[in-house]
Amino acid sequence: MSALIECRDLVKTYTMGDQTVRALDGVSLDIEAGDYVAIMGASGSGKSTLMNLMGALDRPTAGSLRIAGEELAGLDADRLAAFRNRTIGFVFQQFNLLPRTTALENAALPLVYAGVPAEERRRRALSRLEQVGLGERVDHHPSQLSGGQQQRVAIARSLVNDPKILLADEPTGALDSQTSEDIMRIFDTLNREGITIILVTHEQEVAEHARRQIVFRDGQILEDRS
Amino acid sequence: MNLISSLRIALIALRVNALRSALAMLGVIIGVASVIVLVSISEGTKRAVEEQIASFGANLLIIRPGSSMFGGRHGGAGTADPLTDSDVEAIRNEVAGLAGVSGEVNASSTVVFGGVNWSTRIQGVNPDYFSARDWTIAEGRTFSGAEDQSGRRYVVVGQTIINELFDGADPVGQAIRIGGQPFEVIGTVAPKGENSWGMDQDDIIFAPLNTIRQRFGAGIRGTQRDAVQTIYADIAPGESTGRVIADIQDLLRIRRDVPPGAEDDFAVGSLAEFIRARNETESQLGLLLAVGAAIVLLVGGIGIMNIMLVSVTERTREIGLRLAVGAKRRDVRNQFLIESIVLCLIGGLAGLVTGVGGTLIYAQVGQLDIAIDPMIVGIAIGASALVGVFFGLYPAHRASRLDPIDALRFE
Ligand SMILES: Nc1ncnc2c1ncn2[C@@H]1O[C@H](COP(=O)(O)OP(=O)(O)OP(=O)(O)O)[C@@H](O)[C@H]1O
Ligand SMILES: [Mg+2]
Repeated sequence: MSALIECRDLVKTYTMGDQTVRALDGVSLDIEAGDYVAIMGASGSGKSTLMNLMGALDRPTAGSLRIAGEELAGLDADRLAAFRNRTIGFVFQQFNLLPRTTALENAALPLVYAGVPAEERRRRALSRLEQVGLGERVDHHPSQLSGGQQQRVAIARSLVNDPKILLADEPTGALDSQTSEDIMRIFDTLNREGITIILVTHEQEVAEHARRQIVFRDGQILEDRS
Repeated sequence: MNLISSLRIALIALRVNALRSALAMLGVIIGVASVIVLVSISEGTKRAVEEQIASFGANLLIIRPGSSMFGGRHGGAGTADPLTDSDVEAIRNEVAGLAGVSGEVNASSTVVFGGVNWSTRIQGVNPDYFSARDWTIAEGRTFSGAEDQSGRRYVVVGQTIINELFDGADPVGQAIRIGGQPFEVIGTVAPKGENSWGMDQDDIIFAPLNTIRQRFGAGIRGTQRDAVQTIYADIAPGESTGRVIADIQDLLRIRRDVPPGAEDDFAVGSLAEFIRARNETESQLGLLLAVGAAIVLLVGGIGIMNIMLVSVTERTREIGLRLAVGAKRRDVRNQFLIESIVLCLIGGLAGLVTGVGGTLIYAQVGQLDIAIDPMIVGIAIGASALVGVFFGLYPAHRASRLDPIDALRFE
C-alpha cells in the first residue's frame, strides 16, 4: 500500500530576471494517511513552496508528486482546481475569508464549486461551524469576529468538503498564544478523527502537537523526526 | 456554480461600491436613453409621414406638364404644352386600374357673404377630385359631372371658410359672391387641418372646373381653352403603381407626339413616394444621431470595462481564494461576466426610464410626433446586455487567468 502523499525529487525553481532561485532542491518525502506533520525551518527555506505543491496550487519544475494515487505533475489548471476541491482543505495565516459575507456562506464556499445544492451546502457548513464551536455566530460577517473566530470559520471552510488532507501554512501566525492553543486543539481532534494534517509553523509549541516534524533548509530536508 | 449564486455575488459586489457602480453605469444610461429617444422620435416621424400621405390620398398620382415635377430640376415647366380636358378623359377611359381622375385649375379671389370679405384659393375640379384627394363631404353634396360640364355656379367650402364667412354656421344653401359673381354653397368638406409645412388645407373653395375656367379664365394658356394645370389620378386599391404610371406615360407620349427616345415633356409622380423620399433625407439625420448614440454606448462600455478591471484588481485575493477552494477558470470568468452584465442591465433599465421620460418631455416641448413602442424595452435590454458581455469579457477573462498563489499573495 503506497503512501497518501509521495514526493519524489521535487524541484521548484523561480526565475527573477537573470537570477534563479531553487525554492525546492530535490525533496523526496512520503506522508501516510492519518499522519500529523509539522514543517519547520528558516524563512525562505521552501516550506510554503512545498505546501503549495502538495495543495495542488502549483506545479513542480521537476520531479513527481502523487497524492491519493493521482499524479499531479501533468494536470491542467481546471483539473487541479477540481482535485483541490475534492481532496484538499486549506487554512491560511491570513484567514482569507470573503468580506461582507456571513460565516455560514464563507464556510460553504467550496461546496458552491462542487455543485452541491443550496440546502445541503447550508446544512454541511452549519455542522462544520458547530464542530469548531461557532454554531452561535453563523450569521456574523468576518469583521464582526475575532481573529481566532475567523480562523475557526476558515477551518470549517477547509473541512466542509470532507477532504483527505488539511494543509495549514502558519495557521497560528496571526494569533496570540492562548488562541493558538485553542486552534491547535481543534487540529488535534480532527487528526484523531482520521484526517491527515500538515502544517507549517515557526513555533516549537505548535510543532509539538504534531507526531512528525520535518525541518527544511535551503529547499532541502534537513531533519525528519517522528 | 449556478446562476442564482452568481447573481447574488454580483449584486453584493455592486452594492458594496454603489456610488462607483452608479457612475460606471452613467454612460450606459445615457447611451440607452438616447437610443430610446431616437427610436421614439424616428418612429413618430414615420407615423406622421404616413398620416400625411393618407391625408393627401395614399395612392395619388400627380400629372403635370414639363419634364420634372419635384425637386430642383424644373425642365421647362412653363414652356411645355398644357394638359387638357381631353387628356383627363383619355386617362380616365384608357388607363386601367384607376379609381378616379380629375383635372385641377387654380384661382384666387375675394369671397363675400353678408358684410364679410375673405380672400382664399378657388380650385376648379372634376367630381372625382374629392375621393382622389381624400376629402370627405361633411354637409350637403358635391357637384355631378353634368353640373361640371354645364358650368353651374356651385361651390363646396372648407372649414376655414365656414368659420370666417359664416361664423361656423351651416352654409349649405347660402349664396355667396366670388369675384363679384353669385355662387351657391351646396356642400362642405370635413376639416384636414394644417399640412406638414404649415399651410391651412381647409382655407379652400371647390367649384366645377368648367365654371372656374369660364368665369375666371384660370387654366387658359395660349389658345387652348380646355387646359388644366394638374391632373390627379387615384390608383384603385391593389393596383401596381409602377404599371399605372407606365400606362399613363405611354398614353400621354402618344397624345403629345413625343418622338421615340426623347424625354417626356410631362411628369407623372406619386405623392406618397415623393414624401417618402423627402423623409429619406430626414432619416439620414436620424442615422447621424444613431451613430452618436452608438458612440455614447461605446464610451459607456469602456467605462464599464474600466470599472470591471478595477474590480478584478481589488478582488484579486478573493479570486485567489475562490480558485484555491476549487473554482474553475470558467467559474471565475462567468462571475465577472455576470457582474458586468448585471451592471449594464441596471444601467439599461435606468436608461429606459430616462429615455421614455426624455421622449415625453421632448414631445411636450418640441411639439413633435413621438411613438413609444413596446419594442424599446427589448432594445434597452438587448443593447445593455450586449455592452455588458462585450466590455465585460476582457476583465472577466483576465480574472480567470490569474494564478491562485499569486492572487492569494496579492496585497
Ligand atoms: N513567486 C515567487 N517568485 C520568486 N521567488 C519566489 C516565489 N515564491 C517563493 N520564492 C522564493 O522561494 C524561496 C522559498 O520561498 P517560500 O515561500 O517557500 O519560503 P518559506 O519557507 O515559506 O518562508 P517563510 O517562513 O518566510 O514563509 C524564497 O527564496 C522565495 O524568495
Ligand atoms: Mg511561507
